[in-house]
Amino acid sequence: MTLLSVENLKVSYGNIKALHGLTFDIAEGEIVCIIGANGAGKSTTLKAVSRMVPVEAGSRMTLDGKDLLRYPADRVVSELGVSHVPEGRRLFENLTVMENLKLATFARRDAERIRPDLQRVFAIFPRLEERQNQKAGTMSGGEQQMLAVGRAYMSGRRVMLLDEPSMGLAPLLMLSMFEALREINAEGTTILLVEQNARLALKFSQRGYVLENGRLVMAGPSQDLLKDPEVKKAYLGG
Amino acid sequence: MSVFLQNLINALQWGSFYALIAIGYSMVYSILMLFNFAHGDVFMTGAYIGFGVATALIALSAAGIIALPSWLILVLTILFSMVLTACLGMFIERVGYRPLRDAPRASAAITGLMIGIILETGNLILLGAQRVKFPALIQPVTYDLGGVFVTNQKIMIVVVSLSLALGLHQFIRHTKWGMAMRAMAFDYVVVPLMGVPINKIAAMTFALGSGLAAAAGILFGMAYPVLDPYMGIMFGWKAFVAAILGGRGSILGATLAGFILGFIEIFVAMVFPSTLRDFIAYSIILLILVFRPYGLFGEPYSVRLRL
Repeated sequence: MTLLSVENLKVSYGNIKALHGLTFDIAEGEIVCIIGANGAGKSTTLKAVSRMVPVEAGSRMTLDGKDLLRYPADRVVSELGVSHVPEGRRLFENLTVMENLKLATFARRDAERIRPDLQRVFAIFPRLEERQNQKAGTMSGGEQQMLAVGRAYMSGRRVMLLDEPSMGLAPLLMLSMFEALREINAEGTTILLVEQNARLALKFSQRGYVLENGRLVMAGPSQDLLKDPEVKKAYLGG
Repeated sequence: MSVFLQNLINALQWGSFYALIAIGYSMVYSILMLFNFAHGDVFMTGAYIGFGVATALIALSAAGIIALPSWLILVLTILFSMVLTACLGMFIERVGYRPLRDAPRASAAITGLMIGIILETGNLILLGAQRVKFPALIQPVTYDLGGVFVTNQKIMIVVVSLSLALGLHQFIRHTKWGMAMRAMAFDYVVVPLMGVPINKIAAMTFALGSGLAAAAGILFGMAYPVLDPYMGIMFGWKAFVAAILGGRGSILGATLAGFILGFIEIFVAMVFPSTLRDFIAYSIILLILVFRPYGLFGEPYSVRLRL
């Protein structure tokens, strides 16, 4: 059952074309990754889905059959349940951990679900509970990434868009982060992941797309992409 | 000593006006990264709206249509005028700033200047060049504290100003709306990803700032009851100085800086001829800023303007 469907997605920044008409879809409960080099358009793809960048005429995106283009960015989160962990985390460093998590529930109408969700975030990331009254900016990189994911979990979790969650994390932390993401996925959150660390992303996901210069050039089950000679050569270090 | 105390009291009143106006500048600057240069004229318009509301209420009361005690007229004047001016602020945000959210900052800056000119000249067209006299809303009572004279009105002005400033500070510290404002002050581009409607937060910020400017306008009109359409210009500039001196986005900083400005101006005028007042006062403030370029209570913020 297709949850997110993207057709002919085109985005430009001024005169520079960033995406030349992407078509892809994600089924309910899936983990899908988009791999590609720096500047291929990975982040732009996520920003287009979360409606943070304008798309060009002819682009179509639907979630659950609803036209995404009818929703402004904040309602994509609050009404469609799409959360986005942006590149570089972008926490509100002047707010406490708890305030960051609470802000993410700003527009939620299911008030009675907020507390159990918060408990769940603290169960997945116990460090956040310990640090709940600390300013987000004073935490280590790993803890900040936990908060970025926790915050997304609180804001909406039908679909989670993850932009380079491995960036800046030590290997061990990276591993536990992806375990946490798998746990979140197992509870029903569909995940769209973009990564420069292609090996990690393909091992973690069920299906993958390869993005080159704003075009999807390959698609398939992640297992197959891992073995593909071209993918190996270009993205997995030979 | 009593001269000093007398001036201290005057400075508290004078600083109250700056503080209330500075808060509005500071809030808008911190969440939207723009200077609302129309804010001084919003203060002026607030004073005129206060004049209109007070005059109407007094007339209604005198005609016996609704019998209102004078304290209630004062309270209603302040409340109605704050609400009406808040609506003006939201209107300014909607037509003047929201369409230019992603425009170059200089364009947003001249928007404020143009709206200011429109408010000034609009007022002239509406009411003519004649100055208007703000009605007396309080029966003056003067207390003699051993040679230092305090009026009930001065006490009221300082208490109302401080209460509004502290109330707003609490609002920003403890409500989810205030939390959203603080988040926007740090990094406003990411805020929509939290499901927060930033247009509503921006509108609310303009409403709050304009409401406070209206309060300042009414209190000013009570203390110095002659209004003219250009009264907001110099006041606006000085309150802008206080806003920056207070530190980006800090309500308490803007309030404190407003009072500091009031104190410096009044005490300079106590020692030097009044023509030298602003010359010396603002030289001092310039010096303070040289040593504290981020202001008194500047908070850190993200410099990334894109996602």
